[in-house]
Amino acid sequence: MGRAIRVLVAKAGLDGHDRGAKVVARALRDAGMEVIYTGIRQTPEMIAEAAVQEDVDAVGLSLLSGAHMHIFPEVQRLLNDKGGDDILLTGGGTISDEDMAELRASGVGQLFGPGASTRDIVEYIQTEIGGRRAGEPS
Amino acid sequence: MLETDLDRTLEAFFTGQRRAAARLISVVENGGPRAEDVLHQLYPRLTGAPRLGITGPPGVGKSTLVDALVRYHRKHDRRVGVVAVDPTSPFTGGAVLGDRVRMGDLTTDPGVFIRSMATRGSLGGLARATKEVVDVLEAFGQQMLIVETVGVGQTEMDVAQATDSVVVVLSPESGDAIQAMKAGLMEVADILVVNKADRPGAGQMVRTLEADLAMRPHSEWSVPVLVTVASKGEGIAELCAAVDEHRVHLEQSGDLADRRRRRAQTEITAVLRDRLWQRAHARLADEIPAWAERVAAGQETPYTAARSLMAAFLEDSE
Amino acid sequence: MSDRSDDTTRALLGSLHQRPSNDDPHVTVSGREIRPLVGPDDVDIDHARDLGEPGEYPYTRGVHASMYRGKMWTMRQFAGFGTAQQTNERYRFLLSRGQTGLSVAFDLPTLMGRDSDDPWCMGEVGKCGVAISSLEDMETLFDGIPLADISTSMTINSPAAIIWAMYIAAAEKQGADITKLRGTLQNDILKEFIAQKEFIFPPLPSMKLVVDTIEYGTNEMPQFNTISISGYHIREAGSTSVQELAFTLADGFAYVDAAIEAGLDVDDFAPRLSFFFNSHLDFFEEIAKFRAARRIWARHMKDRYKAKNPRSWLLRFHTQTAGCSLTAQQPMLNVVRTAYEALAGVLGGTQSLHTNSLDEALALPSEESVEIALRTQQILAHETGVASTVDPLAGSYFVEKLTNDMEAGAEAYFARINELGGVVPALEEGFFQREIADAAHWYQEALERKQRVVVGVNEYVNPDEKQQIPLLRIDKEVAQTQNAKLAALKTRRDPAACAAALKRVEQTAQDGGNLMPPFIEAVKAYASLGEIIETLKGVYGEYTEPIII
Repeated sequence: MGRAIRVLVAKAGLDGHDRGAKVVARALRDAGMEVIYTGIRQTPEMIAEAAVQEDVDAVGLSLLSGAHMHIFPEVQRLLNDKGGDDILLTGGGTISDEDMAELRASGVGQLFGPGASTRDIVEYIQTEIGGRRAGEPS
Repeated sequence: MLETDLDRTLEAFFTGQRRAAARLISVVENGGPRAEDVLHQLYPRLTGAPRLGITGPPGVGKSTLVDALVRYHRKHDRRVGVVAVDPTSPFTGGAVLGDRVRMGDLTTDPGVFIRSMATRGSLGGLARATKEVVDVLEAFGQQMLIVETVGVGQTEMDVAQATDSVVVVLSPESGDAIQAMKAGLMEVADILVVNKADRPGAGQMVRTLEADLAMRPHSEWSVPVLVTVASKGEGIAELCAAVDEHRVHLEQSGDLADRRRRRAQTEITAVLRDRLWQRAHARLADEIPAWAERVAAGQETPYTAARSLMAAFLEDSE
Repeated sequence: MSDRSDDTTRALLGSLHQRPSNDDPHVTVSGREIRPLVGPDDVDIDHARDLGEPGEYPYTRGVHASMYRGKMWTMRQFAGFGTAQQTNERYRFLLSRGQTGLSVAFDLPTLMGRDSDDPWCMGEVGKCGVAISSLEDMETLFDGIPLADISTSMTINSPAAIIWAMYIAAAEKQGADITKLRGTLQNDILKEFIAQKEFIFPPLPSMKLVVDTIEYGTNEMPQFNTISISGYHIREAGSTSVQELAFTLADGFAYVDAAIEAGLDVDDFAPRLSFFFNSHLDFFEEIAKFRAARRIWARHMKDRYKAKNPRSWLLRFHTQTAGCSLTAQQPMLNVVRTAYEALAGVLGGTQSLHTNSLDEALALPSEESVEIALRTQQILAHETGVASTVDPLAGSYFVEKLTNDMEAGAEAYFARINELGGVVPALEEGFFQREIADAAHWYQEALERKQRVVVGVNEYVNPDEKQQIPLLRIDKEVAQTQNAKLAALKTRRDPAACAAALKRVEQTAQDGGNLMPPFIEAVKAYASLGEIIETLKGVYGEYTEPIII
């Protein structure tokens, strides 16, 4: 039983539809994670910087505005710049399979589309972070 | 984190890298031998910067007030560190830490470092963890340290333990004053603030609080009651002046040294208790169930059981 | 007869009680238990008091005596994407396919009052709607579409007054008589604080802007609905049907209160208030919601606000099928979902309808899928026969009982909101947000436990499914085109006139006067949307919401 997984949940860009972000934040909390919720209207710079300060294991972005092909790569780039290249970047929203594949290929983690189960999201983060932590002493 | 990694992180920390500071905060928050190493390295860097606790009932605007305080200190060119503490769910061990919502663009200000912390349900451990996280931020060069937490029981005591001056924030909304008095919040207050003072009932609330304070035994520091409208930045300069005044009082009266000594004593006690308990637990864990059975069956009392267990432990230690 | 139905009910209930309750599939989308049978003893209904005739108080049966026989509902598909030029082409397409009104979707930067070249807008220009940064864009948007002859609905909230000013100025340039312009401005800021979160200023100045438009419309543009009080977004944010109904009407009453406080007579503005609801999958519950909405509004307007003009009592509404009910999996099935939802809207007596396109869980709709959505409405109107009889479900024990339950549920919420000091204090405290987040959480749990089945998502899944429908892509050049256009405009306009107009906006905002005239002046001087909003931010400040998870 290791320390709690810390996840930053953010709504990137101008989009204020936060239903999904909140439902996921609750699900992660209920799975025993520490969720840092930034609220709506976060720039990639704010998200990456908050992720670094909070020393999170993962960043989950919710995007329904269609700006995902801009925002995911930008957050990834800034995380790398700030020494947070080991932070898992994941998320979800209205993202087509094609875009998901392209983002995955660029190093972003798994993305979840409409209808995804929060259980799958929890399980993915637990497995992924568990695997990453296995390589380090407690 | 491997030892060499830790060294590298410390090195990066001393050159001012925020990622390293964040890492070290995790290390001390998680405790253990690695945390001790880190603190050992950081202690010489402590500057004695002011540590301010902000607490109060939910919904009074604490985060907004902290946001306003941070902006005020930034205007005066002070580097600020904020630790925002929220409760961990006792059922799931998880937590939602939402204080950054109010602090928005301060995130990207290089002179500000904000860290959210969950209480993690550790009895008394929060005071230790909070204080040590503040230590890291102080050693990182933050010149004003603010700890914010919701005051609903134990956590505000922990905040008092981790800071020099405690501001208790209330709002004119019905019941806040009563709630604060009941919850013992008034006991930890060095300064009282009625936030959202543009709402009806603020004046009445100030009078109620002042009346309550007047009934208390006289002390050298008389707790001021201030009003703020944090969302508009009103009353912030006055609040900061009161905090400075309290600080001067602490220094001149010798209270600061006193407080820090008392704090150190509590820390040592806590560490000792932890250590002793860990050792006792390691030695006795296997024997406890058998004793529990006898207690449950009425053959022993918990006291006689504990006495025997302790005797066994002490014998081993000698 | 009633004895028999009671016995049957008891028998059915008895058998139901043997099931574990959390597996009970007989709850609505909103978590409300559905009764297996409803009889005359279950429903207290007085025809004259509770129903009336269609077109008569309390309008439970509809706002017109002849309903769709007299006038078919308006088929109004919400559309907008990319540049004003591209959207203009889509509008011409829709009008050529028989659509009877326009409905403008703006992109997120526009909705947030930002110009396309604002750094905040990177990646968002033209994505969710059309980018409008200046009067010039508005002129292009309606190029060749005579605004004097068409009714236009505009989904815009925080910057609604400014966008409306652009619309008015564009119409004037076309030579239209602005007093005769028809259309609807969404302009419902309260539901932004509650649900959709596209707010800019704090609640009080935001409400002031709404009141300015109501006042201006009342005096200058009597045929324009200056506000469309919206439950749609509240529902999309995860609320239950009762919450949608209650929060929307509570918002409506808050606008009425604010307008009266500003010195308007209720009968001068109330007839131009309109509403916008969601039609979700729970067929009967939705119909009951629409019927209850009309009755509640009529009762409050007549009894509480003492409105004398019967037109003030009428709740007229637009309906959109539920976007949140659409699935990314097996998207063709969305056509079926949308058709049922549209049917509920029509049986509930809607005045206009938007049917979602099958691909909207994945992207903005393609031209082909928009056509299917529109055709779905046309089949409903012309092939099914449901439009031929007014309020065909009246008198159904089940529907009347549900209608009563909806009204009672809404009244209970009104009482809670009242206790909290009204809508604005309640939203500042996070009351609505908490209620909605709880409902959304419950729904997600129900899905994951499979207490609710969503075909193709948690049951009847096609494991080999691949996305194969063609998706509309917004090309990256949109932002570049927009920015170039805006930059050119800024060099072309008269800088002195523009600065003077912005100064007047600032001055009026400080003095508390009606901002519509200075807005119109500013947009005519080609001040950009972002410039006007920034000026207002200087006076009003910006809003951050309470944290509610």
